[in-house]
Amino acid sequence: MDLQWMAWTTPTALFFIGIAIMLAGMTVWEVVSPTAEAKGFLPMRTTRGDRLFIGLLGSAFIHLGWLAATTVSLWGALAVSLVWTAFVIRFG
Amino acid sequence: MDKVQDNRAWFLIIPVFLIVAFSAVLPLMTVVNYSVQEIFGPGQTFFVGTEWFESVLADDRLHDALVRQIIYSLAVLAIEIPFGILIALGMPGGRSARTSLTLVLLALPLLIPFNVVGTIWQIFGRGDIGLLGATFRAIGIDYNYTNNSAHAWMTVLVMDVWHWTSLVALLCYAGLQSIPPAFYQAAKIDGASKWAVFRYIQLPKMRGVLIIAVLLRFMDSFMIYTEPFVLTGGGPGNSTTFLSQYLTQMAVGQFDIGRAAAFSIIYFLIVLLFSFVFYTIITKTGEGEKK
Repeated sequence: MDLQWMAWTTPTALFFIGIAIMLAGMTVWEVVSPTAEAKGFLPMRTTRGDRLFIGLLGSAFIHLGWLAATTVSLWGALAVSLVWTAFVIRFG
Repeated sequence: MDKVQDNRAWFLIIPVFLIVAFSAVLPLMTVVNYSVQEIFGPGQTFFVGTEWFESVLADDRLHDALVRQIIYSLAVLAIEIPFGILIALGMPGGRSARTSLTLVLLALPLLIPFNVVGTIWQIFGRGDIGLLGATFRAIGIDYNYTNNSAHAWMTVLVMDVWHWTSLVALLCYAGLQSIPPAFYQAAKIDGASKWAVFRYIQLPKMRGVLIIAVLLRFMDSFMIYTEPFVLTGGGPGNSTTFLSQYLTQMAVGQFDIGRAAAFSIIYFLIVLLFSFVFYTIITKTGEGEKK
């Protein structure tokens, strides 16, 4: 199948592969150990999937904020996002 | 008897999954791909990294359009939600000719295509041939939505209220009709005031439909394009240029596809964030009352 119309690049392909692996991993995790709603530092009860969503959405804004506020390499934003997402999934 | 675990029903969502993947996920992935490239034509693309995002984030016109958009959407919600609830509370209940007539009248604005609504209000607001414009002029108000920003804003806002409050009213009405009469009888026996009936019976029972109403109206108003485009063209100046219109100017007018794609992703993230926050607030509020 010709997917040239989608204008793929290596970085975006890696990005989507990362998201797909994350979703597949969450599915396996859910089957092995079903999630239960829990209350952490977030103001509402959340499932594991909710916390991943909040982590990813927050990461997107961390990257945008980083781009808007600094000229430092985006790897810094990625590091902050990973810490943020891990923190939300563990303590959110 | 224990329920039998049978997950085969999940297969039934495959058609929806495929349709959503084809119509939403793949185009969105393409937009992400475009957002990191300079697009000159089919097959003529050059990777530019985050350049477009940096350019869009530093764009003052975008900041202005975003602020305008947030104010507009909040104003729409602040007017349409209470107004829709009020209309629903005042509507006749039961099965009667009055109920049918009210429902049909309320449904009428919803059936009119967006560009026709814009055209109706464009003519309606004109001082020379429009009823609204001529009436304002007759009572001494120099109303002109084409060269006065405040008038343009008021007209765009009132047009949206005219077009969409019916939706909120109809949703709330459906919520109200689902309340069993026993609730009202119990309230009457307890001597509850009208406010108490509204606060403790009607409002909690309307919560589900209000979630839908707030989300629909927020997302629709946040992505509004056609009506203001037809009515004011985004003017006077840029005073009624909302995000969608600015995006269209960029993508179609200037054919700046890469930059427009970066803008689209930021726009999408903002809509996602607001929708998530609204959804969470509305679904989590009152959870304690249920238990």
